[in-house]
Amino acid sequence: MDVRDVAHLARMHITAEEATLFQSQLEHILDHVRDLGELDLDGVEPTAHAVAVQNVFRVDEARPGLPHAQVMANAPQARNGLFMVPRILE
Amino acid sequence: MSGANPYKVSIGLETHVQLKTRSKIWCACPNTFGSDPNTDVCPICLGYPGSMPVLNAEAVKLTVMAGLLLGCRINHYSKFDRKSYFYPDMPKNYQISQYDQPLCTGGSVPIEVDGKPKVIRIHRIHLEEDVAKNNHFETASGVDFNRAGTPLMEIVSEPDIASADEAFAFLQALKQMLVYGGITDGNLEQGNIRCDINCSVRPDTQTTLGTKTEIKNMNTFKGVHRSLTYEIKRQIEVCEQGGKIMQETRRWDDARGVTTAMRSKEYAHDYRYFPEPDLMPVVLDDAQIDEWRTALPEMPQARRTRFITDFGLPAYDADVLVADKPIADFFEATLAAGASPKAASNWVMTELLRMLGEQEWSVSEARITPTMLADILRLLDEGKINNPAAKTIFSVCFTEGGDPRAIMEARGLAQVSDEGALDRWVQAAITANPKSVADYQAGKKAALQFLMGQVMRASQGKANPPKVMQALKAQLDG
Ligand SMILES: [Zn+2]
Repeated sequence: MDVRDVAHLARMHITAEEATLFQSQLEHILDHVRDLGELDLDGVEPTAHAVAVQNVFRVDEARPGLPHAQVMANAPQARNGLFMVPRILE
Repeated sequence: MSGANPYKVSIGLETHVQLKTRSKIWCACPNTFGSDPNTDVCPICLGYPGSMPVLNAEAVKLTVMAGLLLGCRINHYSKFDRKSYFYPDMPKNYQISQYDQPLCTGGSVPIEVDGKPKVIRIHRIHLEEDVAKNNHFETASGVDFNRAGTPLMEIVSEPDIASADEAFAFLQALKQMLVYGGITDGNLEQGNIRCDINCSVRPDTQTTLGTKTEIKNMNTFKGVHRSLTYEIKRQIEVCEQGGKIMQETRRWDDARGVTTAMRSKEYAHDYRYFPEPDLMPVVLDDAQIDEWRTALPEMPQARRTRFITDFGLPAYDADVLVADKPIADFFEATLAAGASPKAASNWVMTELLRMLGEQEWSVSEARITPTMLADILRLLDEGKINNPAAKTIFSVCFTEGGDPRAIMEARGLAQVSDEGALDRWVQAAITANPKSVADYQAGKKAALQFLMGQVMRASQGKANPPKVMQALKAQLDG
């Protein structure tokens, strides 16, 4: 694990000093997770959730969204009802 | 492709289908098309931190029903995951999708190309959220979130598709099944169905798949066909020249008719999927799945068979009518309104389809209803109008709607069968055309058609043609 790769994936800028510091801190965390991997978990069902709740559904009913002015209130730039962002390159 | 081709083509399609729900997948915002930008949105579909998604039950039902239609295995346990990426169409920087435990696995779509049947296997179907729509301008881009959070089903095929024609047939067949099933509106202009293409070629003798390229975001079936035709040829040419296919994403340039490599992105595939903590798993039991199975609507094949056996339609008619569900629905509703199957079928296949084609309309855009068509056919059947008048009334109903009988009366289209009036027209035609009369009596049968035409003209098309023929013959032969 290279902390600079992780920073890049998260689109975070970190300095060389931070990279060194976070590298050792993150490695500690990963070591701890590795310890968990040592446990004998045969017969334990993997789970994605800590609580045994399932099938939380919403009935398919529509209601109007937010008023448009409120939607755009936090937009740094807007034009023709759109959120304007720097030109997207493909 | 001919058997002599030394290359094998393997194409897999990832087809994204917008589900026909009233509301979005995680929030109650309307799932509609064509609203003003950013008006059908709320903090959830805008991806605001702290907002909580709640799964739309109907989206699960429709995805499972699609799975049942395609013969998939419905998984009893299914969960949602976060797929991380950075793009302005998804401000929370992850799309909620399903990674390792999708709703449906396996299945297939039967297709037919050049009369040869083939089965394209389905790998899986999962449920996810659609993303916002970007509009690109000269110096900036603009984002509209109305589409964000539309329930989106991704159908991943196995790489069983071997040509552009097969890809086209697959998409057509898939669309027909899903529209019949009421899963999606299937409107390509509104982006209801979009797909990503994976394509590779390999020498005939090689067993493992060649390196694939991906063509993203195709929104027409014709575009899929054209881009594949180009891409297959390109890949074969690269191989022929001893080159290597690069694993890359390519963009289809519709205007130039070519695919071009997109700027390759580092980490492009590092989506770092992990379980979505805000959504609970979906657990389905057999009773629930069976209930949805019984609710499945009739599929085109079954409907075709029923049209042939129950209504006595020729196979050709049945094929034409079932090809498009709204047309088949219109036809059946016309029967329900009292029309005879063969007459209704003829009028739907000729007049209705022709006029829809001319206007480039869907059935719902035309003003004519099945009841109006049944009424026109009844007037025709009762001898109140003749065929040309029926076509005129049909055309008025098609563009303006209205009561066929009222249109008949308002436009004076009622057929004249009254013998006194017919005799007067017939007598006038005979008096005015002595040469034709002589020709007919000398054995030239065509002269009778001419006289008939004269009578129809004098009656402004309203005379009852069989009665005119009868009256003419009575006068001339008698
Ligand atoms: Zn919303």
